[in-house]
Amino acid sequence: MSNPANQLKAKFGDLISEPAEFRGEITVKISDARQIAEVCGFAKTKLGFGYLVDISSIDNYGEDPRWTVVYHLRNLTNNAELRIKTDVSEEKSELPTVLGIWATSNWHEREIYDMMGIRFHGHPDLRRILMWEGYPYFPLRKDFPLAGKPTNVPEVAFTKVTPMEGGPFVTLPGSSDAISREPRVRVPEDAEPGVSDTRHPQA
Amino acid sequence: MQTQSEIGYNSKIEGDVVITRIDAALAWFQKNSVWPMPMGLACCGIELMAVGASRFDISRFGSEVMRFSPRQSDCMIVAGTVTYKMAGFVKRIYDQMPSPKWVIAMGACASTGGMYRSYAVLQGVDNIIPVDVYISGCPPRPEAVLDALIKIQNQIGKEPILSKINLVAKLTGEAKS
Amino acid sequence: MATVQDIEIPDSAARTAAALDDLQDMQGEKMVLNMGPSHPATHGVLRIVLELDGELITKAEPDVGFLHRGDEKIAENMTYTQFIPYTDRLDYLAPLANNVAYALAVEKLLGVHDKLPPRCQYIRVMCAELARISSHLLGLGAFAMDMGAVTVFLLTFTEREKIYNLCESLTGARFTTSYTRIGGVSRDLPPGWLDQCRKFLDEVVININEAETLLTRNRIWVDRIRDLAVISKEDAISHGLSGPNLRGSGIEYDLRKNQPYLCYRDLDFDIPVGSTGDCYDRYLVRMEEMRQSVRILHQCIKQIPGGADNKSKEPINVDDGKIVLPPKQKVMSSMEELIHQFMLVTEGVNCPPGETYFGHENPKGELGFYINSKGGGTPYRMKIRAPSFVNLSIIPKIFPGCMMSDTVAILGSLDFVMGECDR
Repeated sequence: MSNPANQLKAKFGDLISEPAEFRGEITVKISDARQIAEVCGFAKTKLGFGYLVDISSIDNYGEDPRWTVVYHLRNLTNNAELRIKTDVSEEKSELPTVLGIWATSNWHEREIYDMMGIRFHGHPDLRRILMWEGYPYFPLRKDFPLAGKPTNVPEVAFTKVTPMEGGPFVTLPGSSDAISREPRVRVPEDAEPGVSDTRHPQA
Repeated sequence: MQTQSEIGYNSKIEGDVVITRIDAALAWFQKNSVWPMPMGLACCGIELMAVGASRFDISRFGSEVMRFSPRQSDCMIVAGTVTYKMAGFVKRIYDQMPSPKWVIAMGACASTGGMYRSYAVLQGVDNIIPVDVYISGCPPRPEAVLDALIKIQNQIGKEPILSKINLVAKLTGEAKS
Repeated sequence: MATVQDIEIPDSAARTAAALDDLQDMQGEKMVLNMGPSHPATHGVLRIVLELDGELITKAEPDVGFLHRGDEKIAENMTYTQFIPYTDRLDYLAPLANNVAYALAVEKLLGVHDKLPPRCQYIRVMCAELARISSHLLGLGAFAMDMGAVTVFLLTFTEREKIYNLCESLTGARFTTSYTRIGGVSRDLPPGWLDQCRKFLDEVVININEAETLLTRNRIWVDRIRDLAVISKEDAISHGLSGPNLRGSGIEYDLRKNQPYLCYRDLDFDIPVGSTGDCYDRYLVRMEEMRQSVRILHQCIKQIPGGADNKSKEPINVDDGKIVLPPKQKVMSSMEELIHQFMLVTEGVNCPPGETYFGHENPKGELGFYINSKGGGTPYRMKIRAPSFVNLSIIPKIFPGCMMSDTVAILGSLDFVMGECDR
C-alpha cells in the first residue's frame, strides 16, 4: 500500500514538501496556496480522502508568511489520515476555497475568516459566523488582546474591555522563566522598566 | 414601609375567616406563584432543568411552569454565560416582561462573567438589567437555586405592593376629581 | 364621434412574464420567521432564520455564535492543566468525555497516550461511557419533551441524577467535573463506587426499557419522525457529520473501533448503524448506543485491574515526574520531587514543539483537539473541532421541504449543544 503522501508527491512533484511524521501523523506542506484546490481534489478523488475532519488556521505573528492554513483529511475506508498545510502571506490573505470538494468546508472557512481574517476566494457566502455582523476585528490574531477592544454592538451599544486585574489567571506563553510568567509579577506593557513586584526587585 | 407578612390565625377562634392586610395577602399570592422565565444559555441551563425535574422540584415552591414567554412570567433566571452577541436579546426579553419583575443571575458567568475573561463575554448581566439575587457556583447546586428563589420570595413578601400598583393614588385621584 | 384608442398588445414574452407575476401574487409571498436565540426547543442559543411558504419551509439559515466565549484564545494564554475546566464546559452534557478527550490530545503531543497505566485507561473508559449514557439520556428526554412527550424527560432526568451522584462521589462535582489530568486522573475510585455503579446500571436498563416502550413503537412518535430529514450517505460524509448522525445514515464508522484508543481493544461491544438516515434511525441509534455503553461498563467493572479498592496499588498516573505532580509526602521531603512540583505548577507540562490532532468519540460526534505547540507549557494554537458545529451545518440542506412543526423534531434528532458549537 503506497503511502498517500508519497503518491501526492509523485503527482505534484515540487509543489509538495517532503512528508514529515510526528506522533504517527503525516504532514505535507504545499508551497503555493493557490493550488490547494487541485491537491485536495486529487486527494479526494484518487486517494480516497473523502472526509474533511477540520480546517484550522495559525497566526505566525512576526514571521512571513503570516498565516498557515491546516487541512485534516481522513479516508474512512482504511483509516488513513493526512495533514496538508499551506502558507499565506499577510498582504494576500486569500486562498481558494475547497467548498466544491467537501461541503463541510463552508462553515470552517467562514470561521477562519471570522477569527483570523483570511479570505477564501470562491466562497459564496463569506461572512462572520461566531462574532456578530459588523465586528471590526479578527479576534484570534496574536496582536488582538484577550481582553478585547471596545466596539459598538447593535442593540446593546457597547462592548467593554474585560477587566483583567493584572491577569491573575492568565500566563504568558512561550517564556521559560517562571518568575516572568508568574501572574503576581506581571507588569503591564506600558510600565517603565524596573517597575516590578516588590518581592522581586529588579537589579 | 414594611408590611406585615405574618398572618396570625387561630382556627378555633376565627374559624374560616382570616383577617389580614391587603398588602400581606397580595404579597402571599404573588410570592407563592413566581413563574420563572428561564434564560438558559449554557451549562447553568442544564442545572436549571434539573431544578425543574423531579428530584429538586421547583414547582413545590410555586414555580409550577417555566414560562418561555416573557409576557407571562415574573422572574427571569439568567442561567449561563451572556455574550455580547446575546446581550441585546436578553435585554429585549427583559423589557418584554411586565412589571413587577425580578431577575436572578444564576452562576458565576451571569453574575460577573465567571472564568471567561475574554473579548466576547459580557462581564456580568447586571451591566444591562437590574439583578435582584446573585447565585455563585459554576454551576450552582440546585439547592442554591431554590435558596435564591426563597430569597426572592422573602423580598416579594416585604414589598409594599399597593404602592406599586398605584391603586390608592388612582382611587383618591378619582375621588378628588 | 368615436375616438380611436390604441390598444397595446405586448409581445408574448412580456405577456408570459406578466402572467407569472400575477400567479405569484396569487400564491402569496414567503414569510421570514425568526426562530430566535431564546426558544424552548432550540436546545440552547441557536437562531434559525426560516423562510416559509405557508407551513412549508423553503430556506433555513442557522445563526450560531451566541455562546462564543473565546475558548481558543483563552487556551493560548493558559497552561495545559489550567485549561481543563474550560473543556468541561464545551459539551456540558457530558463533561467527563471532554476531559478524557483533552487529556488524550495533550498526552499524544507528549507521546504517552498509549503508555497510560491500565487502571487509568479503564477508569477513563468508564468515565467516557457514563458521559455517553448521560448525554444520550438528556438528548432523548429533550427530544421527547419538545415533541410533547413530557414524561420521558422526567424519567431520563431521574437517571441522570443517579449519574450525577456517581460523578459527585468520584470527582467532587455533579456536573463540571475537571477530573482527568495530563498523564492520568486526579484521584482514584472511592470505596464502594463500583458497587454503586453496578446498581445504577441495573436501574438504568429498566428506565431505558420504559422509555422505549413509551416511544419506539408509539404510533404518534413513529409517524412524526419516520422518513423525516433523510441524510444520504454522500451528504453525511461530505458535510463531515460524525457520531450517531453519521451512523444513522448507514456509515459504520466509530472512532472507538476504527482508531482504537485507551482499552477499547479489550472490550466487546457493537456499533449500531442505521439504514435510512431519517430522524427515527438516529433516535434508534442513540437508544442502542446507551445499551452498548451499559455493556461496556459491566465489562469494565469486571476487568478493571486492581478491582474496586485497588489493594494491589495499581498506578493511576503515568510514572513521569515531568508530567504528573509527585505525591505530596515526597514533595515535602525530597529535592527532586520539589523541583518537579515547582516546574509543573508554575510553567506547566513542558511539551515538545510539534503539532498533533486527536479525535475522540464523544456522545455528540468526534471531538478533536488540534494542538500546535512551540514548546513550553502553553499551546501556541489550539483548535477545537467541535462535532455540533459541523453537525449544524447540514441544516440548510435538510430543513427545506419540511413543515414548520418538523423543525423541532429535526433539531432534537441532530442532538447538538451550543456550548460546543460556539466554544
